[in-house]
Amino acid sequence: MACMELNQVKTKGRLAGKTALITGAARGQGAVEAAMFAREGARVLVCDVLDEGGQAVADAINSDHGQGTAVFCRLDVSREPDWVQAIGLASETFGSLNVVVNNAGVLSPETITETTVETWDRMVAVNAAGPFLGIKHAVPAMRRVGGGSIVNVASVSAITAGKLGAAYHASKGAIRSLARSAAVQLAGDSIRVNTVFPGPVDTPMLRETYGPSHLSRFDTQHPMGRMAMPEEIAHGVLFLASDESSYMTGSELVIDGGWTAQ
Amino acid sequence: MKLKGKVAVISGAAGAMGAVEAKLFAQEGAKVLLGDLVEEDGNRVAGEIEASGGQALFHRLDVTKESDWVAAIAAAEERFGPVDVLINNAGVYRTTVIDQTTVADWDDIMAINARGVFLGTKCVIPSMRRAGAGSIVNISSTAGLVGNAVEGAYTASKGAVRMFSKAAAIHYAAEGIRVNSVHPGVIDTKMVEHLMADPELGPLVMSKIPMGRMGTAAEVAKMVLFLASDDSSYTTGSELVVDGGYSAQ
Amino acid sequence: MRLLDKVALVTGGGGDIGGAQARLFARERARVVVTDVAEEAGQRVATEIAAAGGSAIFVRLDVAQESDWEAAVRASVDRFGGVDVLVNNAGIYQTDPIEHTALDTWERVMGVNIGGAFLGTKAVIPSMRGRGGGAIVNVASTTALVGSKRSSAYGASKAALLSLSRHTAIQHAADGIRANTLVPGPVETEMIAENLATPEGKAASVARVPLGRLAAPTEIAYAALYLASDASSYVTGTHLVVDGGLTAQ
Repeated sequence: MACMELNQVKTKGRLAGKTALITGAARGQGAVEAAMFAREGARVLVCDVLDEGGQAVADAINSDHGQGTAVFCRLDVSREPDWVQAIGLASETFGSLNVVVNNAGVLSPETITETTVETWDRMVAVNAAGPFLGIKHAVPAMRRVGGGSIVNVASVSAITAGKLGAAYHASKGAIRSLARSAAVQLAGDSIRVNTVFPGPVDTPMLRETYGPSHLSRFDTQHPMGRMAMPEEIAHGVLFLASDESSYMTGSELVIDGGWTAQ
Repeated sequence: MKLKGKVAVISGAAGAMGAVEAKLFAQEGAKVLLGDLVEEDGNRVAGEIEASGGQALFHRLDVTKESDWVAAIAAAEERFGPVDVLINNAGVYRTTVIDQTTVADWDDIMAINARGVFLGTKCVIPSMRRAGAGSIVNISSTAGLVGNAVEGAYTASKGAVRMFSKAAAIHYAAEGIRVNSVHPGVIDTKMVEHLMADPELGPLVMSKIPMGRMGTAAEVAKMVLFLASDDSSYTTGSELVVDGGYSAQ
Repeated sequence: MRLLDKVALVTGGGGDIGGAQARLFARERARVVVTDVAEEAGQRVATEIAAAGGSAIFVRLDVAQESDWEAAVRASVDRFGGVDVLVNNAGIYQTDPIEHTALDTWERVMGVNIGGAFLGTKAVIPSMRGRGGGAIVNVASTTALVGSKRSSAYGASKAALLSLSRHTAIQHAADGIRANTLVPGPVETEMIAENLATPEGKAASVARVPLGRLAAPTEIAYAALYLASDASSYVTGTHLVVDGGLTAQ
């Protein structure tokens, strides 16, 4: 590698010229990812089932980075017609689709005997079928532009098990395996597929599920003594979305502060 | 006799792998309830076990239905007593790459391979509590460990089983109920007949197996037996791989 | 400017991957301590960085010698005030299969590849702790994760790095020191030049890589940058695979 770039002033972001679709982007980690992507030069399709929050995220991005940087699209990731519409809108509005972040997810803490078939099916539909449909429908759009990067947000719950949330563990295990096959199957199309495994992240999803009193256990049992900030997950997603990770596919990026290392 | 006096429920017991497991278990002294959708084959296998001096009972079982599981476990308990061993063996295999997979296919495969394992585990827990302990063996696949070029929803379902097994192991460890997953590679059964007969894919898959051959159902059954029996009494939440070295490379 | 004001010590900085790391880190405004046993190559990288307006010094370092480490860290402290980032990149390659590996070959490979990383980690901890934290990146190889027909000590030494990173991570999380392993697949470098010398050799090197090509050293350097920078502030005790999909299958 030559040194000539050393003094170049960086004017473009790490996602300059790229278009990204992010699911679950109305709040929490997804919203942080959307804002970070826009800051790095991407145009962003902000997708969520939460219309109001999603629109607000898109508006904020547009006021920071100029009109047309972000567009909100209602997307229930478990519904195939919604995906067809969202991918179509991305291509129509921005002319291409380079990055999909399968970030949307739901969490339920029940043990196995407490888990109903309805809960099980919902976990699988959102956390596993959602990314499956995202990959499936991103492929034709990415093939048209010669490749792309798909980033799935799983969880350390796909690596080690805890006492709660058996259906959640299963659904995250499903996407972990699916992503590796997707990587193998889509490498020939230059579509990279990688997965991020966050540990406990300070987000509305976790706060709503466990309540403030329960959250402290994520701090006390943790090597770093704290939960992750959403930005710390977003930085990993950004790396995998960008061309800096051009030789990475089928990889697993664990962002858990050492949780699974012990 | 590694399973002497134990009550075992095996799903998908009319199929190649399940039938071999059922026969081996009966030989090792277990009383076996064979669950399957295919009544004729299931009854035949149960009959063969009985004819050779074992104890077996067939019960129709659609693993995707909670009510079927409740009935099957009740039938096992009524006939043989509380259940000590559950083998979640039923599964469906399809080679469809991800971007060609329909939602109907996805739902089907996830329902049988993943929800089926969840429901079997959920419904057997009360019976194992009555038995005082238990061992659940979930049949995943190397597809739950590594990616491949020919499967879509199947990999996802086997990844779900892999992780669900660990969660179940942690949930019930204190009650003496062990849960492990088995990850067979390419096993010479009807399931992969179509894949291995493909003039292009068959040799390709074979070339990736370090031992240079497919496994047999008996080789998988012996590992399942180890996990089902008290020989593995300190093993829970583990992944046992029987794949001729496929996933080690 | 993702490493603004940070001091980064890179071992094997005269080689292809280490050199790419040193240059990229300098571009992101780190002050770089380029180390190597190969003085000419290492000095050249440091000189190039300085000529392009960056900040770098060269220090001769045999990673297997504890006294060399003491001197290298002292030089970093004297010149730049301490060490914030350590990349244990130096390594020697070895392709003899197990039964043809002499014990002294094994010990030499272990001494440099894992012994060097251990000594480096031990040497920089006081400085990092004094500065409120730091990031250690141990560069392994996919041979740490999967078996191969060639190599013995090389794969074992690289696998040991995974464990060293995890132990460093757990023991020094409270000091703000992070430790991770970077796992490259086949990279176009001098180290494997022999393998790439013929078209057949090159084809064989990428035959199993889904992306169908070798990595450029820069692609490894970007991953090291991510792990070295504050962007990965919650990443510790894990490994990051950059292998074009090789081990995902």
